[in-house]
Amino acid sequence: MSRYLDAAVELLAPAVLVIAVGLVSTTVSPANEIYFLTALVSVAIVVAIYVFVGNSGVLSFGQISFVAVGAFASGVMTVPLESKQSVLTDLFPLLKNHTIGSVPSLVLAAVLGGVFALVVGLPLMRLSGLAAGIATFALLEITHNVLQQWTKIGPGATTLSLVPDTTGPLQATVGALIAIAVAFVYQRTRLGRKLRASREDPAAARAIGVDVHRQRFWAFIVSGALAGFAGALYVHMLGSITTEQVYLELTFLTLAMLVIGGTTSLAGAVIGTLAVSGLNSFLSQAEQGVHFFGAKLDFPSGTRLIVLAAVMALVLIIRPSGLTGGREVRLPRRFR
Amino acid sequence: MIIGALSWGLGWQELSDAVAIGAIYALIAVGIGLVFGVLRLVNFAYGQLVMAGAYTLAFTSTWALWESIVTCFAVVVALSIAMELGVFRPLRGQSPAVMLVTTFAIAFLLQAIALLVDIHDGTIGEIVFSQIGALNESVNVGGVDVRKVTFVAVGTALFALLVIALLLNRTTIGLHTRAAAADFSTARLLGVRANRVISFAVVISGLLAAAVSILLVVSNPLVSPDFALHETIVVLIGVVVGGIDRLWTATLGGFTIGFASGVISALLPTDQSVYLPSVLFGLVIVVLLLRPAGLFAWGRPTTVERV
Repeated sequence: MSRYLDAAVELLAPAVLVIAVGLVSTTVSPANEIYFLTALVSVAIVVAIYVFVGNSGVLSFGQISFVAVGAFASGVMTVPLESKQSVLTDLFPLLKNHTIGSVPSLVLAAVLGGVFALVVGLPLMRLSGLAAGIATFALLEITHNVLQQWTKIGPGATTLSLVPDTTGPLQATVGALIAIAVAFVYQRTRLGRKLRASREDPAAARAIGVDVHRQRFWAFIVSGALAGFAGALYVHMLGSITTEQVYLELTFLTLAMLVIGGTTSLAGAVIGTLAVSGLNSFLSQAEQGVHFFGAKLDFPSGTRLIVLAAVMALVLIIRPSGLTGGREVRLPRRFR
Repeated sequence: MIIGALSWGLGWQELSDAVAIGAIYALIAVGIGLVFGVLRLVNFAYGQLVMAGAYTLAFTSTWALWESIVTCFAVVVALSIAMELGVFRPLRGQSPAVMLVTTFAIAFLLQAIALLVDIHDGTIGEIVFSQIGALNESVNVGGVDVRKVTFVAVGTALFALLVIALLLNRTTIGLHTRAAAADFSTARLLGVRANRVISFAVVISGLLAAAVSILLVVSNPLVSPDFALHETIVVLIGVVVGGIDRLWTATLGGFTIGFASGVISALLPTDQSVYLPSVLFGLVIVVLLLRPAGLFAWGRPTTVERV
């Protein structure tokens, strides 16, 4: 019985957090809503990264490639037909003459993300250690370069705009919940357990018959599909996007969120994201002047990034295993 | 390599440009490789040391050239030591992922400070207008226009490598550093003082970062917060491709990726030249797949393969 209780808490703790953020976002002013939506979509992105990085222990810089592919595929396919034909004139006819709804575009993004991860995972998942990390970085550079230059598949270096902004509080919350649920199911299944075993001790995992590279490959595909899905949520939240928004800065920020929360747990991914997003939003407010516990805070502009980076570095120095210590949320022993 | 490139129909002009990029990248690679050797830490914030050096040069443009250069060295080395004391030391022994992500945060922090400086004086970036710019003029060598900075870059790279080779091979601290790079805990057991060795590596890598900032502002006098960011990323990749476990393979890796990017950009047809990063990083992936321990890592692997 306690096994099921543990599982329920492991899933419900992050889910309840996300739902709480979603509920609060419906009560704030429209100007502040964007902070909450960004936090929720970031949860989806970081959970997608967690599925691979957290479970396998291999650092990947490439997952934002799948976010980028998902975002641009879903964005390009949902721009209204008339405006698409006048603005994105270079597109392939198939892309130029068809438009789909937002929900099918989410599915499309997830499928494309998964397929892309499958294709690049075949060679890349044979690598280990630093070589694997650097190869995924190379993947990010290639994806960014192609998306930025090839105008037959997207807007190129210009901004993709007029994307229907259909990611509201409900959609963002449900999206984040879907990502959490998939990650939870994956890490509880046989596949996830084998991969986690290989993270803890590769030699022992091999000895009991785990094909480490194959298990990483499966996780890479699941992570790619989730990242594509999260990218679609992202573009529908923003309404317009450039290739720079799904490149280095997002890669570092999302990785930092994961590591700050605690790389090896789903709870860590969610808590880290919400903590960093919360701090970031608070600091943006403080730059414009805000009342906080009776004190008037008014930071000079430009301090947001400095404080954010300093806090991130401090957390990592003081608590290298992350806010959650890399553990899932569990009930205290006497309640089990 | 050079003869091979010539046979593909490249001129000496393109080659000299490629060698210049390669030499600067090799210097960055030595700085990153030295610190990795003793700390097992991939210092992503290395580019921001170079950026800080470039800002110093910009702000001291009105000073005498030597004063400006000395200040640049002093600032970068001080920052490098501060980074070791404030960040690397508390993190010693942590997992590579934590160390790398912390250096991301430090890189962000330094960029954000530079951005704040830019916001406050209301300009986008600073311009270095001291006499360093004169190195950008070219001289004609046998029909090929070679920029003076090319000679300085290649000269600095060779000189720095020679000095570091002598330091590592002929001095006690060098011996300790090599021992620490091979096996840190055993070296400490045998009496190597960890903090001294690490400080040594950090100071040298700071000096190299300052030299790189001087070389980079010659062709790119507009200094902005993301100065040297792209170069650092490319060199980090090159260092791993070359083989990060040894300083020489790491340096060669840095040179090779710089040289290769110069050669590929000359070989690509003009309308395809925007795809240079794709071709370069595609090659990187191929090389990593074929030689995951490093392009130049010959012989017995130094460490057991970790999956």
